[in-house]
Amino acid sequence: MLEVSGLDAWYGEAQALRDVSIRAAAGEVVTLMGRNGAGKTTALRCVMGLHSSMRGSVRLGDADLGALGPVQRARAGLGYVPDDRGIYATLTVEEHLILPPRAADSAWDVERVYAAFPALRARRGQYASKLSGGERQMLAIARVLLMGSRLLLLDEPTEGLAPILVQQIAAILRDAKAEGRTVLLVEQNLRFATAVADRHYLLSQGTIVATLGNDEVRARESEVLQHLGI
Amino acid sequence: MDYLAVQLFNGLANGSFYALLSLGLAVIFGMMRIVNFAHGAFYMLGAFIAYFLLQQAGVGFWPALVIAPLVIAVAGMFLERVFLRRLAGLDPLYGFLFTFGLTLVIQDGMRLRFGVQGQPYSAPAELSGTVLLGAVSYPTYRLFVVAFCLVASIAVWFVIERTRLGMAVRAATERADLTRALGVDVDRWITPMFGFGLGLAALAGVLAAPMRNVSPLMGSELIILTFAVVVIGGMGSIAGAIVAGFLVGVLSSVGAIFDPAVEGIVVFALMAVLLLVRPSGLFGSIETR
Ligand SMILES: Nc1ncnc2c1ncn2[C@@H]1O[C@H](COP(=O)(O)OP(=O)(O)OP(=O)(O)O)[C@@H](O)[C@H]1O
Ligand SMILES: [Mg+2]
Repeated sequence: MLEVSGLDAWYGEAQALRDVSIRAAAGEVVTLMGRNGAGKTTALRCVMGLHSSMRGSVRLGDADLGALGPVQRARAGLGYVPDDRGIYATLTVEEHLILPPRAADSAWDVERVYAAFPALRARRGQYASKLSGGERQMLAIARVLLMGSRLLLLDEPTEGLAPILVQQIAAILRDAKAEGRTVLLVEQNLRFATAVADRHYLLSQGTIVATLGNDEVRARESEVLQHLGI
Repeated sequence: MDYLAVQLFNGLANGSFYALLSLGLAVIFGMMRIVNFAHGAFYMLGAFIAYFLLQQAGVGFWPALVIAPLVIAVAGMFLERVFLRRLAGLDPLYGFLFTFGLTLVIQDGMRLRFGVQGQPYSAPAELSGTVLLGAVSYPTYRLFVVAFCLVASIAVWFVIERTRLGMAVRAATERADLTRALGVDVDRWITPMFGFGLGLAALAGVLAAPMRNVSPLMGSELIILTFAVVVIGGMGSIAGAIVAGFLVGVLSSVGAIFDPAVEGIVVFALMAVLLLVRPSGLFGSIETR
């Protein structure tokens, strides 16, 4: 499904990613873990086509995304939730849900979003700048679910969220997985990561240093935590 | 008292032009992050098109009010496609330099041909004369300009704030890259929105022709104050451009009661104070990055 290989990325002269390769099959949830500044966000941006100073190949199914800009990638089935949630202050909650064109028939429609997140329904006509942190995250995730994206790129979706919301996001990811969607998840919370994901890529200073299954992460927890700088 | 009332209306009339011009600047800045220095030159061209239409073809004010903005909008789209597109993503300084250079080319080109002396252009017969407002009589045409610009400004506000197209424009204004990543083809809208912004400038130019002489320098006098309006309203803010436009018009006209020199001082003092207490302007939310 997703196949990233030999990815190098730069900020000016400084190299942020070095020969990063990531694979994820349909219906697979994989995480990208690593300490602050390891290059996780940069990797997601490269996959989304938002970082132009890069080399390497990004494929989705049979399609080579290399020559495509972010608009075409989104339409090809990529859904991106940035680390800052990407909420617009000048759009209402409902406008966030109708802005992105549908990339594919999706199991989610606006009604299902409101049923899953009643707080969003209550605020549908308000400007999204009024939302709490948790509501923003819900809105950002709802947006890509509505697009019907086949590949979800989520940058630290649980950061700063109350446990109840974290559980709700876990449930959504399990549903997405059951529908055959692929998830590339940047995550620092080991318990959440092992609860929802199948495999984990450990990134250190721009390089993948290990690929671990859930059991390995649990067995080597202290070592992994040290890698994450926690 | 009467004099104050007259100055108040004059302020609204002047503010009408600020509002239309800064609206165009706001839309262009929002979509392209370009501060269009050439805006005043296109305002001037709008007035000259109306003048030519009358002189060469006997086409009057009302058709000119439609034709001039359309011509300038098409010219603007061409300009965006051929030149400005190449500057996208570069340091904003390049866009500024380009539009500044363009201003000089247009302005001096017109000056070579017409000199600096203004050409008169008369208001349409239906709008000549004065209306009695309470105790003061006031030129009908100026009242028309105020009403027309108010309606036009509100129409633009409505399109941006309340329609699907406007929604995409707001999203692109706030975060172009993210909006692309959501599958919205921002770049398809840049050319028409640039044309639209210039069209508004030309519209203001046609409206100004009967009030001010049509001259190659008419835009350069206005544009500096218009930039102050944009800063006061908040870069890229639609409501801010409208409110600040009329506000600056009224404040500077009322200031001029005390001394004509006060006119400019009031505006820039307001801008300076606002920058200190509220750097993003009255309605601003954009952080330029
Ligand atoms: N805009 C930028 N300009 C220059 N360097 C940058 C920029 N963004 C990130 N970097 C650098 O690139 C490296 C990777 O950054 P990145 O944001 O991808 O890390 P991350 O793993 O997402 O970190 P975090 O856990 O803090 O989100 C870091 O060394 C960072 O300092
Ligand atoms: Mg990050």
